[in-house]
Amino acid sequence: MDTIQLTIDNKPVVVKKGITILDAASSVGIHIPTLCHMKLDDLNIENRPGGCRICVVEVEGRRNLAPACCTEVADGMVINSHSIRVINARQTVLELILSDHPADCLICAKSGKCELQDMAHHLGIREIHYKGEQSTYREDTSPAIIRDVDKCIMCRRCEMMCNEVQTVGVLSAINRGFNAVVSPAFEMNLDHSVCTYCGQCVAVCPTGALTEVDQTAQVVRALSDPTKTVVVQTAPAVRAALGEEFDMEPGTLVTGKLAASLRRLGFNYVFDTDFAADLTIMEEGTEMLNRLSRFLEGDKNVKLPILTSCCPAWVKFFEHQFPQLNDIPSTARSPQQMFGSIAKTYFAEKMGIDREDLVVVSIMPCVAKKYECGRDEFKVNENPDVDYAITTRELAGLIKLANIDFNKLPNEDFDLPLGESTGAGVIFGTTGGVIEAAVRTAYELYTKKPLQKLDFHELRGMEGIRHATIDFAGFPLKIGIAHGLGNARKLLEKIESGESEFHAIEIMSCPGGCIGGGGQPYHHGNAEILKKRQMALYQEDSNKTIRKSHENPYIIQLYEEFLGKPMSEKAHHLLHTEYFDRT
Amino acid sequence: MTKIKTLADLRKIKEEVQSKIKLRENSDHPEQVVQVKVGMATCGIASGAKETMKYFVDELEQQAIDAVVTQTGCMGYCYAEPTVEITLPGKEPVVFGYVNKDKAEEIIDVYIKRGALIDGIIPLAFRTIDD
Amino acid sequence: MTDYKMHLLVCGGTGCKAADSDEIRNSLKYWIEQTGMEDDAQVVFTGCFGFCEKGPIVKVLPGNTFYVGVQPGDAEEIVKEHLVKGRPVQRLLYTDPVTKEEISDSKGMEFYKKQMRIALRNCGFINPENIEEYISRDGYMALGKCLTELSPQEVISEIKESGLRGRGGGGFPTGLKWEITNKSEADQKYVVCNADEGDPGAFMDRSILEGDPHSIIEAMAICGYCIGADKGLVYIRAEYPLAIERLKIALNQAREYGLLGEDILGTGFNFDISIRLGAGAFVCGEETALIHSMEGLRGEPTFKPPFPSVSGYLGKPTNVNNVETFANVPVIINKGANWFNKIGTEKSKGTKVFALAGKINNIGLIEVPMGTTLREVIYDIGGGIKDGKEFKSVQTGGPSGGCLTKDFLDTPIDYDNLIAAGSMMGSGGMIVMDEDDCMVSIAKFYLEFTLEESCGKCSPCRIGNKRLHEMLDKITKGEGEEKDIERLKMLSHVIKDTSLCGLGQSSPNPVLSTIANFEDEYLAHVNEKKCPSGQCKDLLKYEVVEDLCTGCTLCFRNCPVGAITGERRQPHYIDQSICIKCGVCYWKCKFNAIKLS
Repeated sequence: MDTIQLTIDNKPVVVKKGITILDAASSVGIHIPTLCHMKLDDLNIENRPGGCRICVVEVEGRRNLAPACCTEVADGMVINSHSIRVINARQTVLELILSDHPADCLICAKSGKCELQDMAHHLGIREIHYKGEQSTYREDTSPAIIRDVDKCIMCRRCEMMCNEVQTVGVLSAINRGFNAVVSPAFEMNLDHSVCTYCGQCVAVCPTGALTEVDQTAQVVRALSDPTKTVVVQTAPAVRAALGEEFDMEPGTLVTGKLAASLRRLGFNYVFDTDFAADLTIMEEGTEMLNRLSRFLEGDKNVKLPILTSCCPAWVKFFEHQFPQLNDIPSTARSPQQMFGSIAKTYFAEKMGIDREDLVVVSIMPCVAKKYECGRDEFKVNENPDVDYAITTRELAGLIKLANIDFNKLPNEDFDLPLGESTGAGVIFGTTGGVIEAAVRTAYELYTKKPLQKLDFHELRGMEGIRHATIDFAGFPLKIGIAHGLGNARKLLEKIESGESEFHAIEIMSCPGGCIGGGGQPYHHGNAEILKKRQMALYQEDSNKTIRKSHENPYIIQLYEEFLGKPMSEKAHHLLHTEYFDRT
Repeated sequence: MTKIKTLADLRKIKEEVQSKIKLRENSDHPEQVVQVKVGMATCGIASGAKETMKYFVDELEQQAIDAVVTQTGCMGYCYAEPTVEITLPGKEPVVFGYVNKDKAEEIIDVYIKRGALIDGIIPLAFRTIDD
Repeated sequence: MTDYKMHLLVCGGTGCKAADSDEIRNSLKYWIEQTGMEDDAQVVFTGCFGFCEKGPIVKVLPGNTFYVGVQPGDAEEIVKEHLVKGRPVQRLLYTDPVTKEEISDSKGMEFYKKQMRIALRNCGFINPENIEEYISRDGYMALGKCLTELSPQEVISEIKESGLRGRGGGGFPTGLKWEITNKSEADQKYVVCNADEGDPGAFMDRSILEGDPHSIIEAMAICGYCIGADKGLVYIRAEYPLAIERLKIALNQAREYGLLGEDILGTGFNFDISIRLGAGAFVCGEETALIHSMEGLRGEPTFKPPFPSVSGYLGKPTNVNNVETFANVPVIINKGANWFNKIGTEKSKGTKVFALAGKINNIGLIEVPMGTTLREVIYDIGGGIKDGKEFKSVQTGGPSGGCLTKDFLDTPIDYDNLIAAGSMMGSGGMIVMDEDDCMVSIAKFYLEFTLEESCGKCSPCRIGNKRLHEMLDKITKGEGEEKDIERLKMLSHVIKDTSLCGLGQSSPNPVLSTIANFEDEYLAHVNEKKCPSGQCKDLLKYEVVEDLCTGCTLCFRNCPVGAITGERRQPHYIDQSICIKCGVCYWKCKFNAIKLS
């Protein structure tokens, strides 16, 4: 490998050719501050517009300062990363950014987690010398995401996520000069756009310009209403990330503390979306096997591959972008909606509670779930199956608000019956997990033989598009996996052109799957955090005694007592859905 | 239009079209060519200056002599019309009087082509006084 | 085909067309037919003559009779008097502002005497819509020579040898750029002509495209041959409809004649050009922004390297040159690098086209050899300052250039001298200011421009220029403090030091150069709250001179805001807190009793 020599801050450095000054400096432990730059290494995601100009450094022989994030190293380069000239430039540039930024940090949703705030602290800004007009824009509220673009610093991370990673293309820079800002085209509202509410823009926004719609107040109101029974479900990815909000190591599993905290918050029943994930496998797995066997019998009307449908952003994505493929995804509702539906029918009946008096709250790693639970098809007489979906971050806020010392909570179990789950349900939270769970059940139902080995390593990983062939007793089942909507698009285009050879495809909108969801604690560009969350879920799976959805005793009971069998008419009515052309 | 297929074709077209703007080229560098100014005021026209001018234009072109033939106002020698001022490259202007077709032929053959003086030059001194 | 004895060149540049030169052309044709001279006289619609101050212009050949300020109604007289009777129309001749003499032959005009026209060689000379006129002036001969006699490397060497540098502002050696693009390996390369001329008041490139479009086509083809590209793109702003039209006509003619397309001149070389319209964003003159705009993306610059020569349009090696640069290329090939590099100064060869504007007598388009002094341009060619006022400053390099004082008048113009003087060559805008111009306001004016034209991508340019503008605004309103001048300087330096592209890196230049050269004016604004040139409205004060006021009430009756009070036949009084400084009282007063301070 070609290496070159250079000097950074009087230190001789040998680095790979072709890397940036930023990476070269970091390889010898010199931290150059950055603001717009963001890199998620294993996911091949990088935002490098060179726009904020915070990372400028002095390069000997160069007329002006060089942005470290964009400038390639050259042999013999002499770099000074913190000369007076550099520090003055950084401070001045940051002062300029702050001079066009509302100073309402104390009440900002991002306060304490804001990268701009951190930078102001890091660079010791105590006074803004260049005050003047501040740009103001209309606040845009949608079912899931709030855009408060007065706080936009034009880092373009959201734009990169929306366009390059997700290929949704809603957000881009508009206007010129001082009025330039990131926005949907023609400054239309997000909910008039093709936005999927995946929330990756929120996940990467360094400031409070993009945040989720905060519904904690509504949840508190429901909890304090004595006439209501409040049920909570919590998605698999939440337990692998919530601890970060309480200064725990990324990847710390907090399942028991999570259940305990929800109980302390006053939820009447603390359930688990993992239960609904098992239920999803029963429905979706059965649907897959049906379609597969009809296909193998030569039925020309059956379409393959079958696509997973757990992810609401993904559903909205294909409704906008590939409505002609609306008949390909599984008709199974997402676990959140299956849970809501079962809670407000089976469970409500069991407990003798009126649907109207039962409030279902879900804790989700996701902002699109807020939108999903508001979809009309998931309501009965205007009453939604799931009333409120709050994010992992909002839950952390609630716990802090309620003065609960999370770290000292004991481990508690979920309530029964909707709190019992298998290892298959847990791994729903990571890319590859849904299809692995489905394979575990489908294999046994198809071959009528027990699996020898439950860990399908060929389905795991962080590659954006993965594929594997699983031997179903002589039948090679071809599986595709994509996370990130841009990767999903590639697979969809292949399906459209007839080139796809897969029988089943799992798609999750967020890079990494739900563990990297838009409602999770901010990763601030550290891809290691996502990997640790993923590891945590696989660990929880392997710790479980039951690891196959169809073996969940409460799922079996649910079918016996209420649904009959998978894909029954009742199941169809309560657990399946339809898709709409949104073009 | 047939396409230009070779450089030779291009050169041929250039030759063909060059004459069309020769007038402009020469006007741009009048000092490098023969300048012929024909007095074309009423007196000149009445004495046949138009025919004289036409003769100069046609004849110089036919003989491929680079020249600018312009018309000018009355030079003040109304008695001697048509009058023509000839300036050879690098030389002082010379004014001829009574330039009819024959005289014009002589001017071209003898003065313009060979540089030899001929009769009929209006003395400069006279011109200065009259001016 | 008739060879006409008289040619009437009518300026068909945008400026003269706006002043009805179409109609002049039609009228001339009409009267030529009426007088039976259609076989003798030809009307030619040309590109810009450069002498825009006095347009519309009609030039009659032979004789170079130069008619200025021609109206359609003058056509009859020009034809009947000049063409028929040979008597130039005296009243339409150009009058020398100094000697007050009418000049009949344009060769005798000071405006043209010191000019040397290479890039503008055909402007105002040929009909740009007629390829044959271009061919008759050695058109496409340079391309022919390159394709048949020279290897791409030899052509590149010739261009390098000529010393031609980019005329768009950067001054990068053209031959070197071609060489780099030539050496970039790729299956597809592109030649791009940057016709996104955006400096306020500049119209060099527009005039060349309007007056001589074939020279650009020919040069782009030569460049394509050198770098190994078979596709060319002209990025031109949609606000240049005439240039676009003429370019389209020229492209079609070139294709018809086989000078664009496949197997050009039987050499196997293929090249064609398409047009990309820009929406007129100044920053799209920056080559990476230009390329993004052509790709359909937001017109904003990206970090270099990679340079377009390595990775440009659609990620392919792309050679971007501006219009004027290209216009020089065929001449260099025809006349040789050694002819070209004898013109100009040591490091700046050839000529430069400037758009003269501001408080100067001869506003227009000129081309002078590099090394000509600012004084020669302003006083000899430009005819000096309007209305006999005092010269104060000249601004070169467009909105990002600097304002130079009279101390620099004898500086020979070239890339390096202008930079050393604190300004730059830019694309060729040259704006002259006189004693009445307030330099703080001038700096503010340019900031306004860059503020509007910044793409907003990088923070220092997006916000920094706004803050500079706000500080200047404060100063012109009399609200500035002395420390604001220091702040202006400090912020300017950081903006220059940290901005992403050339726009931000140079946008504070007008501020820095006006502070450096006219600090006293800044101090007068902040300390004495006075504008020495009387331009800053907020610092003006209209007052009644009691001794002169007759109490006629005229001012009182005309004041739009009721700021004036007073009894009839008693001195009036202006309430400064109400006065909006519109100046109506000043202009209305018949007794000079309103004083401006």
